[in-house]
Amino acid sequence: MDASEEPLPPVIYTMENKPIVTCAGDQNLFTSVYPTLSQQLPREPMEWRRSYGRAPKMIHLESNFVQFKEELLPKEGNKALLTFPFLHIYWTECCDTEVYKATVKDDLTKWQNVLKAHSSVDWLIVIVENDAKKKNKTNILPRTSIVDKIRNDFCNKQSDRCVVLSDPLKDSSRTQESWNAFLTKLRTLLLMSFTKNLGKFEDDMRTLREKRTEPGWSFCEYFMVQEELAFVFEMLQQFEDALVQYDELDALFSQYVVNFGAGDGANWLTFFCQPVKSWNGLILRKPIDMEKRESIQRREATLLDLRSYLFSRQCTLLLFLQRPWEVAQRALELLHNCVQELKLLEVSVPPGALDCWVFLSCLEVLQRIEGCCDRAQIDSNIAHTVGLWSYATEKLKSLGYLCGLVSEKGPNSEDLNRTVDLLAGLGAERPETANTAQSPYKKLKEALSSVEAFEKHYLDLSHATIEMYTSIGRIRSAKFVGKDLAEFYMRKKAPQKAEIYLQGALKNYLAEGWALPITHTRKQLAECQKHLGQIENYLQTSSLLASDHHLTEEERKHFCQEILDFASQPSDNPGHKIVLPMQSFAQLRDLHFDPSNAVVHVGGVLCIEITMYSQMPVPVHVEQIVVNVHFSIEKNSYRKTAEWLTKHKTSNGIINFPPETAPFPVSQNSLPALELYEMFERSPSDNSLNTTGIICRNVHMLLRRQESSSSLEMPSGVALEEGAHVLRCSHVTLEPGANQITFRTQAKEPGTYTLRQLCASVGSVWFVLPHIYPIVQYDVYSQEPQLHVEPLADSLLAGIPQKVKFTVTTGHYTIKNGDSLQLSNAEAMLILCQAESRAMVYSNTRGEVPTTQARGGRPPCPALCGCEEQSSDAALRIQSSDKVTSISLPVAPAYHVIEFELEVLSLPSAPALGGESDMLGMAEPHRKHKDKQKTGHCMVTTDHKVSIDCPWSIYSTVIALTFSVPFRTTHALLSSGTRPSTASSQCSSSGNSSGQKSLPLLCIAGSLLDFPQLLRNSCLSP
Amino acid sequence: MAVCIEVIAKENYPFYIRSTPTENELKFHCMVHTSLDVVDEKISAMAKALVDQRELYQDLLYPTEDYKVYGYLTNSKVKFVMVVDSSNTALRDNEIRSMFRKLHNSYMDVVQPLLQPGGLHPVQGL
Repeated sequence: MDASEEPLPPVIYTMENKPIVTCAGDQNLFTSVYPTLSQQLPREPMEWRRSYGRAPKMIHLESNFVQFKEELLPKEGNKALLTFPFLHIYWTECCDTEVYKATVKDDLTKWQNVLKAHSSVDWLIVIVENDAKKKNKTNILPRTSIVDKIRNDFCNKQSDRCVVLSDPLKDSSRTQESWNAFLTKLRTLLLMSFTKNLGKFEDDMRTLREKRTEPGWSFCEYFMVQEELAFVFEMLQQFEDALVQYDELDALFSQYVVNFGAGDGANWLTFFCQPVKSWNGLILRKPIDMEKRESIQRREATLLDLRSYLFSRQCTLLLFLQRPWEVAQRALELLHNCVQELKLLEVSVPPGALDCWVFLSCLEVLQRIEGCCDRAQIDSNIAHTVGLWSYATEKLKSLGYLCGLVSEKGPNSEDLNRTVDLLAGLGAERPETANTAQSPYKKLKEALSSVEAFEKHYLDLSHATIEMYTSIGRIRSAKFVGKDLAEFYMRKKAPQKAEIYLQGALKNYLAEGWALPITHTRKQLAECQKHLGQIENYLQTSSLLASDHHLTEEERKHFCQEILDFASQPSDNPGHKIVLPMQSFAQLRDLHFDPSNAVVHVGGVLCIEITMYSQMPVPVHVEQIVVNVHFSIEKNSYRKTAEWLTKHKTSNGIINFPPETAPFPVSQNSLPALELYEMFERSPSDNSLNTTGIICRNVHMLLRRQESSSSLEMPSGVALEEGAHVLRCSHVTLEPGANQITFRTQAKEPGTYTLRQLCASVGSVWFVLPHIYPIVQYDVYSQEPQLHVEPLADSLLAGIPQKVKFTVTTGHYTIKNGDSLQLSNAEAMLILCQAESRAMVYSNTRGEVPTTQARGGRPPCPALCGCEEQSSDAALRIQSSDKVTSISLPVAPAYHVIEFELEVLSLPSAPALGGESDMLGMAEPHRKHKDKQKTGHCMVTTDHKVSIDCPWSIYSTVIALTFSVPFRTTHALLSSGTRPSTASSQCSSSGNSSGQKSLPLLCIAGSLLDFPQLLRNSCLSP
Repeated sequence: MAVCIEVIAKENYPFYIRSTPTENELKFHCMVHTSLDVVDEKISAMAKALVDQRELYQDLLYPTEDYKVYGYLTNSKVKFVMVVDSSNTALRDNEIRSMFRKLHNSYMDVVQPLLQPGGLHPVQGL
């Protein structure tokens, strides 16, 4: 630094340290060249080749030039490297042989001997030449002679140990050249010395390390040795190498602690196991904490002292290396590690002491980093520092709890004692932070001083941490800190402040389905809501908790009881309902219709049986369970006709509801699959297709707002629908688990009924399932009474008694006593009255019977789909007069079917003269050209129209019965010449009835038309 | 021996959780859940770097005083998270890696090869 007379300044371990170079000889000469020398030396970097295969480095050399003194030379076994003189230089400007011989040579010899005595071989002799001086002296020898003499006398094969510096203070190219050569030499020699001396030092150090298993080995001693090396590297600005030394020490110590834990204890480690008496945290504001270093040197350091010192050094070097974020990361590791090591070594630590130490250390590290970075850098590296913020928050919190600063009443005397002890362990504030207003020390002291101060500091820290986590997108971490904060607020009896944090945390856990944290947060939230008097929210949370299987039975019962207690309270406002989502209370599992096709006629009875799975841990008495039903008429839709309904509705009648218990949220990319259906709309008049399209049935699942779809939690505001149509079931006790509930309803208006909401009321608490999905509907139809007449066989044969079946579908009409069918008799068709006519009466509430479909030709009519099991038998009274046959119908309720059979006989009619009669009741023989075309056979049929008056209508129903005429005989008397009266009888008609006029003969022609088929028909008909 | 092992779906809900001792379960759950923040950061960093993810092991995610949380990410973004007692000094990086590999293999045995990872339901035993 300067050529001061002070040979040995006290060891100052700072950046200002430079390798020592001693100067002997002409001090005035040296003083004159010193400014240039100290300026020029570091200008050019020099490559430093390293031992042990380490990469070479470019290094800028600086030196601290001190006057040579024998005391400076290290004695044997000296471990101090910082005070080690790396090079000894002898300065002379002697150019006179006489002078040389008289004084300089002796001086040099003495100098060399001292060096030899200390086996120091790093030296250099500098001869400064001065032209001006030379000129003044007349008796000068050629300059080489002095140099040669010196080389000859001292250098002994090391001629490079003697250099000439020409005119060092001039400004000429020669001077420059000379300087350059000198500096290069100086640098080379310095590096050689470093390599040699450091190498030797390292070797010694390694040897010392290898002895670590020997009993007397001391870590502290070794620490000092290796640290010396670190200092030298730091001095040479090789911070990376210096850091490596500390990291090695760190690792060595850690390994010892681990081994100690494994039972392999080293003696020296017991020094570090002294009880912790001071916990004043890390000190990072000065490069070297001499106090701690000395305590290590004296082997008095505790574990925390050693760790603190080691880290402060690492921190300093990392900051030199411009790696502040690594400081933060390492600090967190260190703090965690220290806590573990103290545990492992079973060091006794007063309660809270470590919390203090960690808290102070966190803040110290943060402040240190803030001190060397600008705001923008800090803001963009929050990810590195936030861990420390969070750790500090956590520690302050536990200190607060420990010292009774979080309780409502404030600290008691025991708490105060503990606080005093903790503060005592902090000691006095260190001078370097004494003037800092926000020093960690001051913060901690203040925070522990009063409840209010603690609150302020804790809130500041918490909010800062939450804000930082949020800003870097670590939402989960932010919410987790928030949860702690909520707990604090709850302790402080400020539930209104706690709520938002609990809700935030809960939402966060719900979003990802973490059941246990959900349960715990909910429990906290329940308490909070209870304090806040949010009855509805509290009850809702309680119901969720009562059904939560992660809680103990006792806890669940408690929350269930909370609901029941509230429900049984007499309400001030009797009409007031608390509406809660059903899901947590009970779940709708399945639904079963009776009749199973969910189609019922007006006035019919429909049963709906549902299975509700109660989630409550105890049986719950429910006043009523109500299903709100939405009614729609939809008269025009073809789909809603009785005919369509009975044919097309699925008939097993059981609808299963998907359980929504799974606590696994539906993630946004796994939304439920689209449920698409084709849709056809037909014109009501001619059933032609009007429109067609595709509809999505689960739109409400897909198009709900994303942010509100907190998949587990129902939105609290469940709208209760008030519909005119409800199904109700009163006084039900829901046992835990599955419960069967049956609703019975009498169908009133025809239309479609959609089950919309399911509500269960317990006192003033209503549990509502706002949407029943999948969609459940039942249909009510109304039907006009109908009469249907059909032959029992495929075709009726004329001339013989044939059975005809009458079917009366009562529809909405009730057949009363005395109601009868009035048949206006047809002349050519007789209704044969039997003594014992019986009618069957069926109810038509059951589903379609398969056998009825097998019989072809029936229109699909629900009324005809009677079920035999509900049949009854009634006598039929038939009264016949000339004109009218009256059939008294048996009494039958609405939506029943009456079936009976009548025998009819189609009489052969007289041959029609002058055209076919169109009169009612007259036979209408004609050819069915259609048939002919179709079958190729000739078939003569005759239609009989019967008019029937039904009791339900003022209009008559006309029914046509078609009789086939199997054959016809024609009696024809063919005259010749005379004109006899023609008698012809005909019972059937064939195709060739005319044009036989040529021969007068009696001909009875029986033309058998299609007889085999008729026979077959009549035999096969039932 | 890990104190808690969790298998977490791509969507961050837990498939499988097993922890010993059970009294600390809630703490472990919260810890693991919080550590997902770091996993998310790593995933997005990987996505930004547009590099093929070769290294499944995600290193220490979340150190705390008493526990260390390590992470592992499969190619289908199923996460394995393991909580280890900090005092258990026998567990070095290599042991943790090999534990994760074993866990991954067991997981592969359990899930069907054609199963959509997101559609997996929780298994109560591996």
